[in-house]
Amino acid sequence: MSLSFTPDELRFRDEVRAFIAARLSPELRRASSLNVSFFSYPDIVTPWQRALHERGWVAPGWPQEHGGPGWTATQRWIFESECAAAGAPQLSPMGIKMVGPVLMRFGTSEQKKFYLPRILSGEDRWCQGYSEPGSGSDLASLKTRAVRHGDHYIVNGTKIWTTHAHFANRMFALVRTSDEPRQQDGISFLLIDMASPGITIRPITMISGDHDVNQVFFDGVEVPVTNLVGEEGRGWTCGKYLLEFERGGGINSPKLRHALEKVRELANSDLSCKAISHPEIATKLSDIELDVQTLEFLELRVLSALQRGENPGPVSSVLKLRASEIHQAISRVGVEMIGQNALVEERRRPLHALNDEPIIPEELLSVVARHLNGRANTIFGGSSEIQRDIIAKQVLGL
Amino acid sequence: MDLTPSEAQRMLRHSAERFIAEHYDQAARRHAMQDPMGFKRENWRKLADLGWLGLPFPEEVGGFGGGPVEVAILMEEFGRGLATEPYLSTVLLAGTLIAECGTQEQQMVLLPAIINGERLLSFAHYESDARAGLSEIHTVAQADNQGWMLHGRKMAVLDAVSADVHMVSARLPDVQGAGLALFLVPKDAAGVRLRDAPRLGGGRVAELTFERTLLPPDARLGTGGDVLPAIEGVVDRAIAALCAEAAGMMRSMFDATLDYTKVRKQFDRPLAANQVIRHRLADMYVQCEEARAMAARAALPVGADSDSTQRSLAASGAKVKVGRCARNVAEQAVQLHGAMGVTDELDLGLYFKRLLVFEALFGSVDYHLQRHAKLFGNSRSE
Ligand SMILES: Cc1cc2nc3c(=O)[nH]c(=O)nc-3n(C[C@H](O)[C@H](O)[C@H](O)COP(=O)(O)OP(=O)(O)OC[C@H]3O[C@@H](n4cnc5c(N)ncnc54)[C@H](O)[C@@H]3O)c2cc1C
Repeated sequence: MSLSFTPDELRFRDEVRAFIAARLSPELRRASSLNVSFFSYPDIVTPWQRALHERGWVAPGWPQEHGGPGWTATQRWIFESECAAAGAPQLSPMGIKMVGPVLMRFGTSEQKKFYLPRILSGEDRWCQGYSEPGSGSDLASLKTRAVRHGDHYIVNGTKIWTTHAHFANRMFALVRTSDEPRQQDGISFLLIDMASPGITIRPITMISGDHDVNQVFFDGVEVPVTNLVGEEGRGWTCGKYLLEFERGGGINSPKLRHALEKVRELANSDLSCKAISHPEIATKLSDIELDVQTLEFLELRVLSALQRGENPGPVSSVLKLRASEIHQAISRVGVEMIGQNALVEERRRPLHALNDEPIIPEELLSVVARHLNGRANTIFGGSSEIQRDIIAKQVLGL
Repeated sequence: MDLTPSEAQRMLRHSAERFIAEHYDQAARRHAMQDPMGFKRENWRKLADLGWLGLPFPEEVGGFGGGPVEVAILMEEFGRGLATEPYLSTVLLAGTLIAECGTQEQQMVLLPAIINGERLLSFAHYESDARAGLSEIHTVAQADNQGWMLHGRKMAVLDAVSADVHMVSARLPDVQGAGLALFLVPKDAAGVRLRDAPRLGGGRVAELTFERTLLPPDARLGTGGDVLPAIEGVVDRAIAALCAEAAGMMRSMFDATLDYTKVRKQFDRPLAANQVIRHRLADMYVQCEEARAMAARAALPVGADSDSTQRSLAASGAKVKVGRCARNVAEQAVQLHGAMGVTDELDLGLYFKRLLVFEALFGSVDYHLQRHAKLFGNSRSE
C-alpha cells in the first residue's frame, strides 16, 4: 500500500494534463465554473464529451471490451482529479455511471451493442425515471404501470424529479408489471424512448430558479418488449445495482476538493474582503479540508476494491452520506464569506450567458445559487436519513 | 419584573396576526415578488392606516410612542407572513435616525410623511462586507459654498428602488474632527446611480453610487457631531427587530414541516411516525422557542435608558443565538420536505432564502459572537 505515484503514473498524469490543456478551452472552463446545477447543460457538456470520446476517455470505469480505457484504479483517480482540478464540465452520470453498468451486467447482447456506444459518443442522453409523487424514499411503492400487449408494454403513470428529462432522448425507468405480495417483486426495468407518443414533460423550478427537474407523464406509451432489461418482475435487482453505483461507484472527493479550492480562492480574494484573515473562516476551511481528506481516503479504498472486481456494497452509503454533507458545508461557508453580497438573487440561467453587468460579480451570484441547489444533495440519490437506515440495517445488522 | 404582555401589546399582536393572515398568502407573495418595487403599495397604505408606520415614534410627531417590544411583535408577524414591505428601511432605520438625530424641522417634515405612508426611505450605509463593522465608510461629503458634494458607493442597500429619499452616511474630510455624517439624498438628485436587483426570497436590494452629487446645506441630518453612535444604536435595535422577524419565519417553516410530516406517507406510515423525525421536529420546536425567547429578550434591555454596552450585548447575543437556531430549523425544514422542499412550488424556499438574508444582514453569527465576546469581557471587568 502506498499513497505516492509511480513514475508511470506520473507520466500518465502529465499526459492527462496535456490533454486538458489542449482541449479544455477557457470559455468552456468559465462556463463550467459558473454552472450551478449538479449537471452541466448540454452546451457545456457536449464539446467536452466529444473531445474525451475522440481520445477514448469518456468512461474511465468501463471495461475495455465496452469502450473503457482499461485504466487501473490509480489512473482513474488521477484522471478524475485532474479533470476536477481543471474545472472541466461534469459529464452526465445517467448514461456512463448509471444505466451503462446495468446494461453491461443485465442487458442482452443487442442492448449492449446498441446502447453502449451511443452513451459513449453522447448521441443518447439518459434520464432516470424512478421517483413518483407518492414514492420517493419508499421506491418500491411505485405505481407507474406497464401492461404487456403482444410485443409491447403500455405504460401509464407519472414520474417526478426527473433530472434533465427535457434534454434527454431516453429514460431508464422502474415500472410495475404485476402486483406481488412483496412490492419489490412486481417491478421491471424498462428503457423508454422519450420521443414516444403519450409522454409529456412538466418543468419544475427549483428554489434557485434553475430548471433541472421535471414531472413526466405517461399516457398509453408503447414500449417494445425488447426494451426490458433483465427479467420481467426482477427490475428491483437492476435498480438497486444501479443505485449502488450512483452512490458509491463515483469518485466525489476530487470534485469536492476543487469546490473547496474555489472557496479558498474566494476567501483569499477581495471579492470576500479577504475573509481568510478572519480566524473563524480559516478554521472552518481547515475543518472541511480534513473532511475532504477523510472522504478521499475512503474513496481510494473503495476504488481499490472495485479494481479487484468487487462491488462498492453498503460502504457506498457512507460515501454518499459524507460527500453530500461536505458539499453542503463547502457551499455554506462560501455564502458566509460573501456577507451581505448574498442578498442579491439572480434567477436567470445560464449565468455564463448573462450579458448585462450584475450588481455583484458573477462569481458571487454562483456562490448563492450553488448553496441553494446544494440543499438537494442530502435528498436525492437516497436521502441522508435513508443512507443511515441502510448503514444501520445492512452494516450494523440492526 | 413582569413578562406578561400588556393589553395593548396583546391587541397589537392580534391585529398583526389578522392582517398577515388576510394579506399574505402564497399568491400575494408571488404577486409582490413580481412588483418592480418588491411589495404592494396598497399594503403600505394599510400599514399607515393601522398606525404601524408610526409605532416607534414619539407622539409629538404623530407617532404611537411604542418601543422595541411593540416593534418585535409586529416584526414577528411580518416574518410569519414573509412580508416584504420596507418597514425595516423606512421606519426602523432611516425613520428612527431622523427621530434621533434630525433637526426639529427635519423631524416635522419627514416623520409625519413617513408615518402617513407618503414617503419611503432607504438606509445606504454599508460599503463592504458587514464583517468590517459599521465604521468602515469611505464615501465622502465635501462642504462647498452651495452645500455638499457627495462621492462614493454603497452596497446591499435594502429597498432603495422604492425609496423617495436615501439616507446616506459619509465622512467629512474638510470638517475638523468630524466623524460620520448622514445625508438625505432625494432619489432623483443628479449624480445618483441606482442599480437594483431582486433580493433573495423577496423584496429588492441595490447598489447606489454617488458621483459629484450636489446637495443643499440642509441635506445633512442634524446639526453636527459624529452620528456613528446613533447608527450603532439604531442598527442594534434593528438587529433585535430582525431577530423577532426571523423567529416568525422559523415558526412558519416549523408549522409547515410539522403538518407535512404528519401527512406525507412513505413505507405505509407518516414520516412523523419515525422516531428520528419526531426527535428532529422536537429539536426544531426547541430552537423556535429559543429564538423567540432571545428575540424577545433583545427587545427588552435595548430601551433608551440602558447603556450602550448592554444594548449591543443583547443585540449581538440574539443575532448569534437566533442565527444558529434559524439555520438549523431552515435546513431541517427543507430536508424533511424531501424534493418538494427544494422547489419553488412551496413557499418554504422563500422562507429559507429570507433566513439566509437574515443571517447575512448586519454581520454574521461569527461576527456577532466575536463582538459579544469582546463586549462581554469588557462589561465583566467593569
Ligand atoms: C434535485 C433532485 C434531482 C433528482 N433527480 C432524480 C432523477 O433524475 N430521477 C429520479 O427518479 N429521482 C430523482 N430525484 C428524487 C429523489 O431520489 C427523491 O427526492 C428522494 O428519493 C427522496 O424522496 P422524496 O423527495 O419523495 O422525499 P420523501 O421520501 O417524502 O422524504 C421526505 C423526508 O423524510 C425522510 N424520510 C423518508 N422516509 C424516512 C424514514 N423511513 N425514516 C426517516 N426519515 C425518512 C427523508 O429522508 C426526507 O428527509 C431527485 C431529487 C432532487 C431533489
